[in-house]
Amino acid sequence: MSIPSDLKYTKSHEWARLEADGSVTVGITDHAQELLGDMVFVENPVVGRTLKAGEECAVVESVKAASDVYAPVAGEVVEANADLESSPDLLNKEPYGGWMFKIKPANAADLAGLMDAAAYEAHVESEAH
Amino acid sequence: MLKQTPLNQKHREANAKLVDFSGWEMPIHYGSQIEEHHAVRRDAGMFDVSHMLPVDIKGEGARAFLRKLVANNVDKLQTTGKALYSCMLHEGGGVVDDLIIYFMTETWFRIVVNAGCADKDIAWMETQRDKYAPGLQILPCHDLAMIAIQGPNAAEKFWQALPGSENETRLMKPFTAIVIGTMFVARTGYTGEDGFEIMLPAKAAPFMWQAMLDAGVKPIGLGARDTLRLEAGMNLFGQDMDEKITPLEAGLAWTVDLKSERDFIGKDALLKLPVTRQLVGLVLQDRGVLRSHQKVFTAQGEGEVTSGTFSPTLNVAIAMARVPVGVSVGDEVEVEIRDRKLKARVVKYPFVRNGKALV
Repeated sequence: MSIPSDLKYTKSHEWARLEADGSVTVGITDHAQELLGDMVFVENPVVGRTLKAGEECAVVESVKAASDVYAPVAGEVVEANADLESSPDLLNKEPYGGWMFKIKPANAADLAGLMDAAAYEAHVESEAH
Repeated sequence: MLKQTPLNQKHREANAKLVDFSGWEMPIHYGSQIEEHHAVRRDAGMFDVSHMLPVDIKGEGARAFLRKLVANNVDKLQTTGKALYSCMLHEGGGVVDDLIIYFMTETWFRIVVNAGCADKDIAWMETQRDKYAPGLQILPCHDLAMIAIQGPNAAEKFWQALPGSENETRLMKPFTAIVIGTMFVARTGYTGEDGFEIMLPAKAAPFMWQAMLDAGVKPIGLGARDTLRLEAGMNLFGQDMDEKITPLEAGLAWTVDLKSERDFIGKDALLKLPVTRQLVGLVLQDRGVLRSHQKVFTAQGEGEVTSGTFSPTLNVAIAMARVPVGVSVGDEVEVEIRDRKLKARVVKYPFVRNGKALV
């Protein structure tokens, strides 16, 4: 299971990355994609939608099940990854390259409230028991 | 504590993701469910189905007992090894379980039942036996393992794995079984592809499994088993029918013999109950995935998806759904998915047979 050290994480298994332009890129973790299995459908939030932190905003569906994706931080959706429409399996193949959407955060400092890699690893461990 | 099949160690060696399936620790996949699905449609795959239970009915009067016990007519079984799919009903007409019955001799029929229903089925059969055929033996074969090998190349690879088996099994017709030594080999399956289901002593199962791995047969988890059976338009007990649903409302009228004089358990109820619903196939027209319990809206009223999935062969979402009688093939209906109503087309299933799309 890969957990890059330069990303921030949520308890609901999203990762978030602060970009140079101030936007936050969001995806699901390697652990999440492994639990869900082969992805077959992604429903991303529409661009322009305002999200609260922790709000249900997207759905990923594997052959097995549908799973909600939550906004790691509050903000406005500025881009959704259109490649996922034809290739939802990008989330399996490259969980940290196959991003889902980008948020212009209401407050970039909110990111500090998310878990770092070590805390996320401990969280995954705790869920396994 | 989960029950384990004799192949549990083989699954662990192959890095299977193991899950609780009806109290059994079973492989859901060995990496990619979709790749496993394609392996069965395009080549050959094998499933550990040892959680399913063969039950032998032995003794004088076995046939007469089965005439009473199940909805299909065992008198269709006249040649040794012939198999029959049937539902076993309770008095109210609902389905206790669906099963396959193999006719071996007049004093030996073998029935294979679902894992999750096994205890209940045996209790039910014993109760009926005490009532209708007290001398008959009902013998659960807990010491047998079961491996299904399925796919266009399944037979070839099985013969390669088990030298000498080709002569015995090459001419076997679909839905027949033979006994080879300690093995019971049936040309049956749950995928819509050619292949065999092999029952064999638990101790021999890991060797058989390894021989088939060596012959290039891929291990397939229960995840792909479900998408394969759904594409093949085969019912799953507990989803597409259960004790509250009659076979006539589950797309299984073809397995119920109401024409002969024969009286079977549940027959009276089937003759009296109005049939108001039917099982149809759906293909989603919009993007999304069909799942069990989604609501279906038709011009004739509401219905429900009983089994739904994303079809790896067709690359669209497909489902079986129970809808009011009157809904016809070709109709457009709506399915509620997360507060939205998406369009779906009513089709005749199976969706896929022998690797080919039918819808």
